[in-house]
Amino acid sequence: MPFATAPAPHVVAPSSVARVMRQVLYALIPTVALHVVFFGPGLLIQIVLGVVTALAAEAAALRLRGKPLPPFLLDGSAIITAVLLALCLPPLAPWWLVVSGVAFAILLAKHLFGGLGANPFNPAMVGYAVLLVSFPARMLQWLPPNVAGLEPASLSFVDTLTTIFTGMPPARFTWDAITSPTPLDALRTDLALGMTMGEAHANAMFSTFGGKGWEWINLATLAGGGWLLALRIIRWHIPVAMLTALFVCASIMSAADPGGYAGPLFHLTSGASMLGAFFIATDPVSAATSDRGKLIYGAGIGVLTYVIRTWGGYPDGVAFAVLIMNLTVPLIDRYTIPRIYGHAR
Amino acid sequence: MLPALLTMVGLAAAAGAAAALATRRSNEDQKRLIDEIDALLPQTQCGRCTFSGCRPYASALASGEADIDQCPPGGNATAAALANLLGREPRPVDPRFGAVRAQPLVAWIDESACIGCVKCIQACPVDAIVGASKFMHTVIADQCTGCELCIPPCPVDCIVMRPASA
Amino acid sequence: MAKPGVRGGLRLDAHKERSTAQALRAASSVETLVLPLDQHAGAPAVPLVKPGEQVLRGQPIAEPGGAISAWLHSPASGTVAAIEPRPAPHRLGAPTLSIVVANDGRDERYAQPAPAPFDQLSPEQLREIIGRGGIVGLGGAVFPTAAKLSSAVRGQELRLLLNGAECEPYISCDDMLMRERARDVVFGARVLLHALTAQTCVIAIEDDTPQAAAALEAAIAEAHDQRIQLRQVGSDYPAGGERQLITAVFDVEVPAGGLPADVNTVCLNVGTAAAVAYWIRDAQPLTNRIVTVTGDGVLEQRNLDVRLGTPLAALIYDCGGYTSRMSRLIMGGSMMGQSLPHDGMPVIKATNCIIAASALDLQPRAAEMPCIRCGNCAEVCPATLLPQQLHWYAMGRDLDALEAYGLMDCIECGCCDYVCPSQIPLAERFRDMKPALTERLAARGSAAAARTRFDARTARLEHIESERLAALAKKRQELAKKSS
Repeated sequence: MPFATAPAPHVVAPSSVARVMRQVLYALIPTVALHVVFFGPGLLIQIVLGVVTALAAEAAALRLRGKPLPPFLLDGSAIITAVLLALCLPPLAPWWLVVSGVAFAILLAKHLFGGLGANPFNPAMVGYAVLLVSFPARMLQWLPPNVAGLEPASLSFVDTLTTIFTGMPPARFTWDAITSPTPLDALRTDLALGMTMGEAHANAMFSTFGGKGWEWINLATLAGGGWLLALRIIRWHIPVAMLTALFVCASIMSAADPGGYAGPLFHLTSGASMLGAFFIATDPVSAATSDRGKLIYGAGIGVLTYVIRTWGGYPDGVAFAVLIMNLTVPLIDRYTIPRIYGHAR
Repeated sequence: MLPALLTMVGLAAAAGAAAALATRRSNEDQKRLIDEIDALLPQTQCGRCTFSGCRPYASALASGEADIDQCPPGGNATAAALANLLGREPRPVDPRFGAVRAQPLVAWIDESACIGCVKCIQACPVDAIVGASKFMHTVIADQCTGCELCIPPCPVDCIVMRPASA
Repeated sequence: MAKPGVRGGLRLDAHKERSTAQALRAASSVETLVLPLDQHAGAPAVPLVKPGEQVLRGQPIAEPGGAISAWLHSPASGTVAAIEPRPAPHRLGAPTLSIVVANDGRDERYAQPAPAPFDQLSPEQLREIIGRGGIVGLGGAVFPTAAKLSSAVRGQELRLLLNGAECEPYISCDDMLMRERARDVVFGARVLLHALTAQTCVIAIEDDTPQAAAALEAAIAEAHDQRIQLRQVGSDYPAGGERQLITAVFDVEVPAGGLPADVNTVCLNVGTAAAVAYWIRDAQPLTNRIVTVTGDGVLEQRNLDVRLGTPLAALIYDCGGYTSRMSRLIMGGSMMGQSLPHDGMPVIKATNCIIAASALDLQPRAAEMPCIRCGNCAEVCPATLLPQQLHWYAMGRDLDALEAYGLMDCIECGCCDYVCPSQIPLAERFRDMKPALTERLAARGSAAAARTRFDARTARLEHIESERLAALAKKRQELAKKSS
């Protein structure tokens, strides 16, 4: 009796790229939810715009490269790039900001290098870096969080929609009236003006650890990251290394000069620290390969994030820290090959 | 302006000196380099590179007297490996030194024509031919490197090259 | 060397409950037995019989064809029907020269000389006699046991490891052997200890086989042999891989490219030990082995004691036939087993298990996607390789990089395949690249040999030349002395 043959192994775990990406998206839900609670529905509109652009750009690129649309189009990697980039943009950013950023990320940072699995740089961060350098003013127009003590201008959903699609605030407001810097941005400016940490922290937007609203978003991201760790979608090396390095740098500097440098808990709960640690730096394609390599990579990102935040030209350093460490990954990989069984070293 | 210029020139000079120091090789390093080059060569000992064996060629490569494209038995793969080791521009094998063979060949003696003159035995650089004066000569195929040095001395032209797998 | 340790591995569903629920049973006799001459590692055996000749059960019908080879014995009495190429499972159905025996059903035994008590033989004699029994490694590698024993004895103190850690899913033949014939395994251990002049024997089994453990403990106690111990190891796959098991039990690593003998260990399957017992104690050469017949594609799942040469179709028939869900026939386990094109092939010494797999047993791969460098593969690799890098270099056919990243250390266990979200057939890629790399390493070896011969010849010629010059100088001196 004849049978069809196939090579071993005859059982494989029912895993797929799409499943991995889906889990990452689920893990981002707490972050997105809290973001909307504190900053309004703008993020959701940015996400929709970003995802549509991402899928369109991905489809166009796959066509140009002669690759089949399924399974690549729905593997979820483009959607994640869009969501991560949207989370890094101000909620009221004009529509063309997220569209151009995502298009750049997908077309130039991903497909130009070979598509899924071939990008040496994190595509979302490349998109963010391009936007930050090209449109710095627009990128810093954040909103005040919707918490007691800060009264953000009340914008309806329609207001949000028109602001995003026209690029102008609703008629009854000016930009100054509705926008506010992030805690990291405010801290930079205030320290540069000669204030001490205590004086800067007196601003209503700061709370015990980080900025109001921001610390909750970071905690939600930490929870999402924990979910990914539990499912073994990501491993602990990069997040732990990055957060530890950030913590240590901040501890040393703030212990030496508490008035001039923010403390470690502030850094861990501000900006994109948690998002970077669990969702951005852990992008497997652009990260280091071995466990030891991952520790070095993560630590490098942590140190660079602190350096850029404290002495560099931008309020949050995660994006550039990740991109710089992406550059060093081939070198790290070369020197951290694990010892093979039976070999001396 | 002048201080900045001097600083840049000074830094460049310092970097250049450091690089030159780093690449300078001691005698021991030179020997190790020759060993490393020799390890990449196919050990055919044929002399097509114009040196009397693989080690002399390795020595010449190390001292810069020879180039990487002189070894036809090694083929383009060996030329690329030598280029990689020595930091030179990779090039295919120069056909003036000989043709690169698509598959390895070994010598085969037609025993019906062999006259037992031992000229081929003397010519073989790796002692792969067994025999004695007035006795039959034969090539040990496993040990033949395909150098073809046995073919010219044979007075009755009874040696041919055949594919190694035959 | 850095601290050794067992790394990686997977926890897999064992799928062994059904095949171990019933006792061992002998497979039914069949009319024709087909015995491939190359069913062991090394040179194929050379026939001693001719077509038409009568043979008895246990009679040697083929002798070793080289230094590493094995004897072959007839599993039944009858006539040699033919010596011709027949499809063989280890060639995936391609024909290989085989002795075909027509079974007359009478089961008359060949008269073997009565065996001397093994402890009265010298270890060398014992090893030679073990070889004559046609004993080869029954764990699947079918390496001739006598050659393995002899090459391990180098004058140092050896220890024996009997591998009963049957880690691959579906295979349960060793488990049944240990449950029902533990005494034979222990006797075999004692014979092997004497053949190696070793003082320690560890029988390693997995920690999820309590019946086998109990049976072995009882047999060891009965034998009153302090040298033999039982050791339980974790049941992660591939705990029973030779190198992994040696590291788990003895805490040393077998050097890359080396053998267990390099760390004073000889590792044999428990089935091989039992086969040694049957030969040395009962004068029965290797003509039978236990085969697990399992999978959702066969009606009954059980272990059978089978004569070598029995067609696989007969085993299925013995187990009630195929179910309607039968899809793929696999010889071996679900992770490393070979998929066969049909069931008309014989049981050989390497056949430990037949899986009649249905869709329930199989979890085939989905379409292959590019590698996303998630690192799952590196996490589970028992050889601590970086499969994602090996895959990258395999795609580029970069043999230098493949060598540097340890392709030859890959044991092809399939763990990396199992966990890959991009469904890349990694083990297959690595299997494909190994021949090219082996060829290159062999070329390097023969180049080194050529260099040695060249240096020796150069030295010889220089020596001859310097002798000649010395003789001439001496003559010159003598002439100068004479004339002065």
